[in-house]
Amino acid sequence: MSEMPGDLEYTKEHEWLRREDDGSVTVGITDHAQAQLGDLVYVELPEIDQELEAEGEMAVVESVKAASDVYAPVSGVVVAVNHDLTDDPESINTDPYGDGWIVRIQPSDDLDSADLMSPDEYQAMLDELDA
Amino acid sequence: MINKIAEKLIFEKSRSGRRAFAQAPMASAEVGIPAMYLRKDRPNLPEASELQTVRHFTRLSQKNFSIDTQFYPLGSCTMKYNPRACNALALLPGFAGRHPLGPESHGQGFLRCMYELQEMLKGVTGMKGVSLTPMAGAQGELAGVAMIRAYHEARGDHQRKEILVPDAAHGTNPATATMCGCVVREIPTDKDGDVDIDALKAALGPKTAGIMLTNPSTLGVFERRIAEVATLVHEAGGLLYYDGANLNAILGKVRPGDMGFDVIHMNLHKTFSTPHGGGGPGSGAVGVGNRLLPFLPIPLVGAAEKDGKTVFRWLAENELPQSIGRLSGFMGNAGVLLRAYVYMRMVGRDGMERIAEYATLNANYLMVRLADAGFELAFPGRRASHEFIITMRKEARTYDLTAMDVAKALLDWNYHAPTTYFPLLVPECLLIEPTETESKETLDGFVDAMIAILTDARENGVSFKEAPYNMPVRRLDDVKAARQLDIRFEPG
Repeated sequence: MSEMPGDLEYTKEHEWLRREDDGSVTVGITDHAQAQLGDLVYVELPEIDQELEAEGEMAVVESVKAASDVYAPVSGVVVAVNHDLTDDPESINTDPYGDGWIVRIQPSDDLDSADLMSPDEYQAMLDELDA
Repeated sequence: MINKIAEKLIFEKSRSGRRAFAQAPMASAEVGIPAMYLRKDRPNLPEASELQTVRHFTRLSQKNFSIDTQFYPLGSCTMKYNPRACNALALLPGFAGRHPLGPESHGQGFLRCMYELQEMLKGVTGMKGVSLTPMAGAQGELAGVAMIRAYHEARGDHQRKEILVPDAAHGTNPATATMCGCVVREIPTDKDGDVDIDALKAALGPKTAGIMLTNPSTLGVFERRIAEVATLVHEAGGLLYYDGANLNAILGKVRPGDMGFDVIHMNLHKTFSTPHGGGGPGSGAVGVGNRLLPFLPIPLVGAAEKDGKTVFRWLAENELPQSIGRLSGFMGNAGVLLRAYVYMRMVGRDGMERIAEYATLNANYLMVRLADAGFELAFPGRRASHEFIITMRKEARTYDLTAMDVAKALLDWNYHAPTTYFPLLVPECLLIEPTETESKETLDGFVDAMIAILTDARENGVSFKEAPYNMPVRRLDDVKAARQLDIRFEPG
């Protein structure tokens, strides 16, 4: 059973998203995603001020098994990236919802129109994948 | 059997003053290097006796896990037997001693072989022209997409830069498209393993340069709507690229040219049985339909009648001014091309059909036996092509027996592991390709090993986390290897 904090929102591409007080959102990949990928060895991060398009490629995570794109859950501008991941990509494995965060985005559109799931909805999707 | 003794590096065995006369360089000769470029220190070369050196390299050779010694069901790699005759004939002095810059008149035999190889490949793929110069599959792909780009550019269609790639594709396909300056758009696969036609229709448009398809796909199934896919892509103004990785499954049965493909690369080192693994040398010959003929990479081999005789010669820039150019200094890996030529001549037209038939029969036999033994098939409703996928997702959850554990445990049974964790679409998967050259007894032996591993995990609670037990090295730290790649030896 994957860990899944209740105060986050989730995407069908296995990213999580947290709404911050300043209107920005912090994004990472879920515990399920890191478990599927296995031990991460490399993370390619976007640039600060880079403009992102919802569902467009935002970062790349590479494990001993595969390299996978991480997609932007919302359109917006990158306001912070987790540079610690360059030296410690395994933070995503050990703490996907904390030290393993990937980027912070200032969304350009209304978040409520984005295609996001509640923890329960995401869990239901995982159950279906596992069936 | 594998030599299981862990072998130290030759550098670790080095002792000052030891000499190996058979392997030592001859007395140093004057080579005219200016003094300023000569090194001051002696190079750090190992010093070992002749006997130590012979033993060291003989033991290393005994550690080879190879098609000559073990069943090698590595999916999508077509690890078939390489007949000795191909090697023997390619090494005839007239071939092996030929200089690539020698005059055409001195290499008519070689050129004729290459011309006939081009013709045979055209025949078996249904294409209109073939170039043998790409040195490997990836270079063949690069040539293929470069030709698609050149075609659109020549027509003034500069905006066509999108290459569609199904999510079941080999990882090289999107890499190739990106290297050619294209933008990759991924097309999803439906639950039966076919291309999602609605998603394809939505993606096609005035920016479409083409689509890259492998058929049968890496999911081990034949794309049933290939004719519809070809029509849709052509109507949208795009071209179709055929990744020949899985050509073995359809050899002599159905031709990519007849399916509507405009360009194909063939891995001669897979389908036409030249040695491969360990990084080459390979051959990624490309074939094209009429639209792309002017863009073929050079040189090609042409034939003309002269004084009642057929004369063979290189065709280059003069004849093919629109060519995408040269991919190597000469014309590809000549020795590999010769082996493929001999192989094709040996098996003949009928033999090629039997290759596809037995490759498919072997895969389906193995698939059904493993399914009967309780392994879960990724696509249970589909007939396998030359390869198939089993998924260990339930065993991974219930018994902590992952695809990697099975792969490692098979090594102790003296079988090479199947391809693991590819394609990425299927969790905990093993992609198994037996090829046509394996006997029923070998396939049955492999099934016995698979059943023993599953039974041990399921009924006896055996963990294979530590497997392999009988190899020179056990589980390697692949995370450390990726994160701290440092393979230099530093003397202590």
